[in-house]
Amino acid sequence: MKAIGRPILGLMMLVGLTAGASLRAEDAPKNCDVPAYLLTSDSLLGRVASAVKAGGPLDILVVGSRSSTIPGAEGDAYPARLQDALREKLPGVTINVSVELAPRKTAAEMAAGLGQLVEAKKPTLVVWQTGTVDAIRSVDIDDFRGAVDAGVDALQKAGADVVLINMQYSPRTETMISPTSYIDNMRVVAQQHDVPLFDRFAIMHQWNESGEFDLFRAVHGVGLAKRVHDCLGRALSSFVTDTARINPADLRIQR
Amino acid sequence: MTPAGARSASTASIPVAGTERELRLDLFRGLALWLIFVDHLPPNLFTWMTIRNYGFSDATEIFIFISGYTAAFVYGRAMLDRGFVVATARILKRVWQIYVAHVFLFTIFLAEISYVASSFENPLYTEEMGILDFLKQPDVTIVQALLLKFRPVNMDVLPLYIVLMFFLPPILWLMQRKADLTLALSVALYALTWQFDLALPAYPHGVWYFNPFAWQLLFVFGAWCALGGAKRMSRILSSPVTLWICAAYLLFAFYTTLTWHVPQLNHYMPRIIEKWMYPIDKTNLDTLRFAHFLALAALTVRILPKDWPGLKSPWLRPLILCGQHSLEIFCIGVFLAFAGHFILAEAGGGAGIHFVISLSGIFIMSAAAWMFSWYKSVAGKGGSRSKPANGDADLAGGGA
Repeated sequence: MKAIGRPILGLMMLVGLTAGASLRAEDAPKNCDVPAYLLTSDSLLGRVASAVKAGGPLDILVVGSRSSTIPGAEGDAYPARLQDALREKLPGVTINVSVELAPRKTAAEMAAGLGQLVEAKKPTLVVWQTGTVDAIRSVDIDDFRGAVDAGVDALQKAGADVVLINMQYSPRTETMISPTSYIDNMRVVAQQHDVPLFDRFAIMHQWNESGEFDLFRAVHGVGLAKRVHDCLGRALSSFVTDTARINPADLRIQR
Repeated sequence: MTPAGARSASTASIPVAGTERELRLDLFRGLALWLIFVDHLPPNLFTWMTIRNYGFSDATEIFIFISGYTAAFVYGRAMLDRGFVVATARILKRVWQIYVAHVFLFTIFLAEISYVASSFENPLYTEEMGILDFLKQPDVTIVQALLLKFRPVNMDVLPLYIVLMFFLPPILWLMQRKADLTLALSVALYALTWQFDLALPAYPHGVWYFNPFAWQLLFVFGAWCALGGAKRMSRILSSPVTLWICAAYLLFAFYTTLTWHVPQLNHYMPRIIEKWMYPIDKTNLDTLRFAHFLALAALTVRILPKDWPGLKSPWLRPLILCGQHSLEIFCIGVFLAFAGHFILAEAGGGAGIHFVISLSGIFIMSAAAWMFSWYKSVAGKGGSRSKPANGDADLAGGGA
């Protein structure tokens, strides 16, 4: 349970609760606040930076499992929201986000095809979301690390920038799926390859703690999923521009 | 957590034993049980008091070490008094109890997730719900659970404990003859585990979360301390050099864990150390974790002498009682953690409710422990107890 929450936060929440802050309106517009440290990385997206400087095209390929989409509402899933947010932030730059879904595939099963995929599509940036299926099947942790390592290696060799995304924070399945060691190992691989890691788990955990979203409740429609994905897409867009060290303001002045 | 040091000569040696319980053992095992309970709940305010947030090792290390210690203490005496066969039979009876407890917890787990499967719906988590697929083939899953190969999250400690206890008779037999040799063999097995990746397979994939080949080191080390090792280490433990090394290491571990929670600090952690240190492997009892436990234990026995008057204080009584009925309280703790998840699911997970659940869980565990003690004393007085040695051993072997 690295990296989640802090004691001060807990205290604040306790105070907040007694103050009745939990009476938040369900459908109020979300401001998707994410603490800055979760949106920064020491690693740099060099190719994205130069693509944006050249005015595009910036082709982004999202490779992921089922949690990279919303069944029946693909256009509202975080990859599409990422595209919208980036286009809004970087007007004048051609931006395309495509998605390659591999449902029920472990990191090892995905890693095998990554090199070819990049050869074929030639994206500037590959966003690789993985870990969930491995955690569900409790794949051997060393095998998992090896697979992520091999996958990132193949992507970098094929000439793409890489962003890793870990699993969703899912409080309901906490007693059944143990994501911690998979998250840790993804962090290790990211560090070794100097690749930024978008900590979806910590971000969603943060939202759940702060009351932004109630991820514990059962809901029937796709409304909650859409709002969470919208926030994820926006957070991811900030993460990408930030790690590519792009300042949208500078860009506008140039043009 | 009382290896050695402060423990005075008299209790450390087996024969004299039986006179008085080592309350520090009970205290810390009780503490470990509370911490395990809190760690099994979704993260909340209480989680920040658990030791895994302040260093590498956590409650599991304490639990396994003390279990090794008390098991060797109790059954070692039985082996001396009544012989190898009788002691073995008693140990196996204990193994059976733990096994039944494990199956009991598994049943509760099944009930819980079956409920979640039929009542929880959220399109956001379509993928995560895949975990429930195993409900579709109960014929395989339940058999695998009985074989200890299928172990849901949070149910890894008891299978480890079962395996360790199962091999206790030969360990004890050898330890009573060649204590240091036994410990050396244990270290060798630990080293071989790391060298050759020894592991037990789990169902449907992967390996046991707590690798018994590695974790036996703590258990055997506990046994070794109980059978006189602690006494022999007391000189090392009381030296100021040890004190400073331990303190320095604990500080380092504390700082490292701090960087996990306050990522801004990460910049001050040299990359070379990071690469060498991570990942810290819980499955195979990383040496860093083991060392952290040793340092913690060494400091504790130093700070907390055996005859510390606080041990008799009513405030610590609930902890000590819990530690004296560890198996029962462990099971209740796991059960309460499940129940806590359930309540949070139904009532919505506010921090306030979280807090209340943690507190009442601890309260229920303590009350249950108190009841067990009360029953034990009443039953002990009432019946025509002809074999006090047995009764007492079982009580202490609660640890086991």
